Amino acid sequence: MKIIIIGCGKIGRSAIEALTYEGHDVLVIDNDPIVLNETTDMFDVMGVCGNAVDCDTLTEAVVKDADIVVAVTASDEMNMLACHLSRSLGAKHAIARIRNPEYNDQSLGFLRQQLNLSMSLNPERLIAEEISNILQLPSAVKIERFSRRSIEMIEIVLPAGSGLDGLNLIKAREKYRANYLICTVQRNNQVFIPDGRFELRAGDRIGLVAEHNEILKLLKMLGLLKKSAKSVMILGGGKPSYYLAKKLVALGVSVKIIEKRPEVCEFLASEIPEAVIIQGDGATQELLLEEGIGNMDAFVSLTGMDEENILLSIFASMQNVPKVVAKINRDELLTMAEKLGVETIISPSVISSNVIVRYARALENSKGSNVETLYKLMDGKAEALEFKVIEGSKTIGIPLKNIVLKPDILIAGINRGRKTIIPSGNDMILAGDKVVIIAAEHRLHDIDDILK
Amino acid sequence: MNKKMIFATLGKITVSEAGLMLLPLLVSLIYGEWTVALSFLAAIALALVVGFSLYFSCRTKNKLIFAKEGFIIVAGAWLIMSAIGAIPFVLSGDIPSYIDAFFETVSGFTTTGASALTDVESLSRGALFWRSFTHWVGGMGVLVFIMALLPSFSDRSIHIMRAEMPGPIVGKIVPRARQTARILYVIYFVMTVAEVILLLFGDMPLFDSVVHAFGTAGTGGFGIKSDSIASYSPYLQWVITVFMFLFGVNFNIYYLMLLKKFKSVFKSGELWAYVGIAAVATVAICINILPTFNNFWDALRASAFQVSSIITTTGFSTVDFDVWPTFSKVILAALMFTGACAGSTGGGFKVTRLVILFKSIKQELKRMIHPRSVRAIKFEGKVVDQTTLNGVGIYLGIYMMCLVAVIIAISFEPFDFETSFSAALSCFNNIGPGFSAVGPMASYAEYTGFSKIILSFAMLFGRLEIYPLLIALTPSTWTKK
Repeated sequence: MKIIIIGCGKIGRSAIEALTYEGHDVLVIDNDPIVLNETTDMFDVMGVCGNAVDCDTLTEAVVKDADIVVAVTASDEMNMLACHLSRSLGAKHAIARIRNPEYNDQSLGFLRQQLNLSMSLNPERLIAEEISNILQLPSAVKIERFSRRSIEMIEIVLPAGSGLDGLNLIKAREKYRANYLICTVQRNNQVFIPDGRFELRAGDRIGLVAEHNEILKLLKMLGLLKKSAKSVMILGGGKPSYYLAKKLVALGVSVKIIEKRPEVCEFLASEIPEAVIIQGDGATQELLLEEGIGNMDAFVSLTGMDEENILLSIFASMQNVPKVVAKINRDELLTMAEKLGVETIISPSVISSNVIVRYARALENSKGSNVETLYKLMDGKAEALEFKVIEGSKTIGIPLKNIVLKPDILIAGINRGRKTIIPSGNDMILAGDKVVIIAAEHRLHDIDDILK
Repeated sequence: MNKKMIFATLGKITVSEAGLMLLPLLVSLIYGEWTVALSFLAAIALALVVGFSLYFSCRTKNKLIFAKEGFIIVAGAWLIMSAIGAIPFVLSGDIPSYIDAFFETVSGFTTTGASALTDVESLSRGALFWRSFTHWVGGMGVLVFIMALLPSFSDRSIHIMRAEMPGPIVGKIVPRARQTARILYVIYFVMTVAEVILLLFGDMPLFDSVVHAFGTAGTGGFGIKSDSIASYSPYLQWVITVFMFLFGVNFNIYYLMLLKKFKSVFKSGELWAYVGIAAVATVAICINILPTFNNFWDALRASAFQVSSIITTTGFSTVDFDVWPTFSKVILAALMFTGACAGSTGGGFKVTRLVILFKSIKQELKRMIHPRSVRAIKFEGKVVDQTTLNGVGIYLGIYMMCLVAVIIAISFEPFDFETSFSAALSCFNNIGPGFSAVGPMASYAEYTGFSKIILSFAMLFGRLEIYPLLIALTPSTWTKK
């Protein structure tokens, strides 16, 4: 497919990387020739330099042949206008990043309709949702949800002395009887899709799929269950903090936001009266201690500076805050932050590019079984996909033990109506099911792609 | 520096060269030249051994390359291809001396067409075919060719492409580097086939047609006759004239034509400058040489052919232009500097650079009169940024310095000034023939081995536009700085 990305910022580049890896032809528009040159040096893409709301630039980029136009410049208005123009010039789909809270209320639907947008992308809101999910289940490093939230995939890190340490999966299943499936194991930067003989070790980061209640049951048995966070300190008062605080307050969590800029504090105070807003420099440890960081259930660092987020998260961990979350914008810092001991890291660019890739993949097979959800797991080395199975798929009606899968692919869950099945060998896929697949080193477009 | 990736890529390239040599092997088998076929077989075996051992000993997961690696891969690839490509000539006995064979192969890949042989007609068919086939492969770029065929080297193959493709600004015409390489090669291939067909219409034998089409397409200039194209009919000479000129045009223009964007084609400043220079030179030479010809049409044909041959840096000839009046020879020498368009198969300084240089000179003059004036230099409708402008100026400087260095290095030979100067100019710009003792009807056979090696490197420097080889040969590139 031909995809045009407008804006080579962090989100733009992350999307470019993911989309070129997917095999799409990507063309990039940016008005800064230096940034554009850097981008075309790094990725196999073509660059067009110019203003993306200028008709000449869009014509030069042959927008009329584009399958998707993704506008992710810093300005919402620019994105909206560029997408609208692209659609008028003949682009088939347009995705605009719109992150200003004022556009993200009731008027969003109106805007989308009037501007002919296929989708609007709000990374700040997406990360707020993800963080709020994690704060509900602090034992997990990461939570991904599938169909109507009935199936979840969580990632946990096995602590030393865990009951699972040294067990293989068959024995683990006998010891901890619950309805779950261990799908991925990350060890020393390597990702495994484990079979029954795979032996778990302390320090492994394991991904497991189950229903929400079963996950709670398992965590309880493992002694890893932490209560959901009831008091949260948020550092930084930007857009993600706004969305997160709104969500948490609605859930009845007590929220404290620390922000330096007085005018932002006033805005937050008027918009979220339930939250406690502290005006001050969050980088001073004195202030954090004074505001009782030690008694918090969770600490979320959402400032605009990655370095500050990393360092203050480490500080919070030292103060024995049970759950610490850091937002990191620059993709290249992710692995380093992990090495430094920041357990839960949220990256707006990774989340956004997941959404864009999912959109592109769903478009690619308009006839087959559509990709409903897609998550990149373990630094993008594996992915979890949810397919809606339609009549005619070759996978239908065969007991799973008789299906020959490609290597490194796992059927992790089946959603049938209101029922959730964590599949065993005798289950089978039926038309209308939603099936969760875990795959490493594959790019699946259709449910039939899993067959050998 | 990612040395493993460099050597693994060089290994891949060597293996690909073995693949390329299958064609001349086939030709020599068709003509029943068994010793020649055997020598190609031996060279293929050697290339496979060297290539696979390099590839398997240096395979790495880290495929990250930057501009530096790109330059070194390109420089290394051209050296290794020339070194191995020379082997069949020596083994088959066509060119007994390895240095001569190396010179001939470099001349082939760089599309120079300068020959160290005195009697071309005595070569075997297989050797003749290989010589010309190197033109065809080298014309559009060896690595670009391999990139078009093999699954992509790396996401950053743009570095390799940029190092190998001539011209001050190398861009892609479609998002994927590999796709770009393929489109260019499809255009190239179709034009070559078109030329073969037109030559066959003029009753040129099939082998001659293919070989001459290769020579034209790569703007190389190796022929199969001692008098180059002179003994062929006027129709055939016109066909070659037109095709030489066409292969000197920036290939992006053809792509734009395929997309039916004729407006942008007509607005191309480079194309107009190229056509203009060629037209003026043809008319001037035609008037100058008219008295020595019987009729106007013969004079026009001779001047058009020579101008087209020199400006595109092909180097075919239909007459011995060494005996022409000095004025005509000077114009031809000036055309040697000019070269063809960027993004074509031709060599030289490139019309693009000349246009940009001319515009900056004009701007500088205006600035002398109006010191505070602010002006932008525009090329192809876009403002040329300062980095590109500086790049063009500096390229001119380094180009001149290299040229002078080559002239000095070969001036120990017992030849007159005209010979040494034109030999250096001709090799450095990938043309082929020069004047006087290296004129169109003579060859480089008289030069010593040392000079031949110098001239071989001059050809490589010229074809790769100096930087890749210069960087690869600079010691500080290899130290950990």
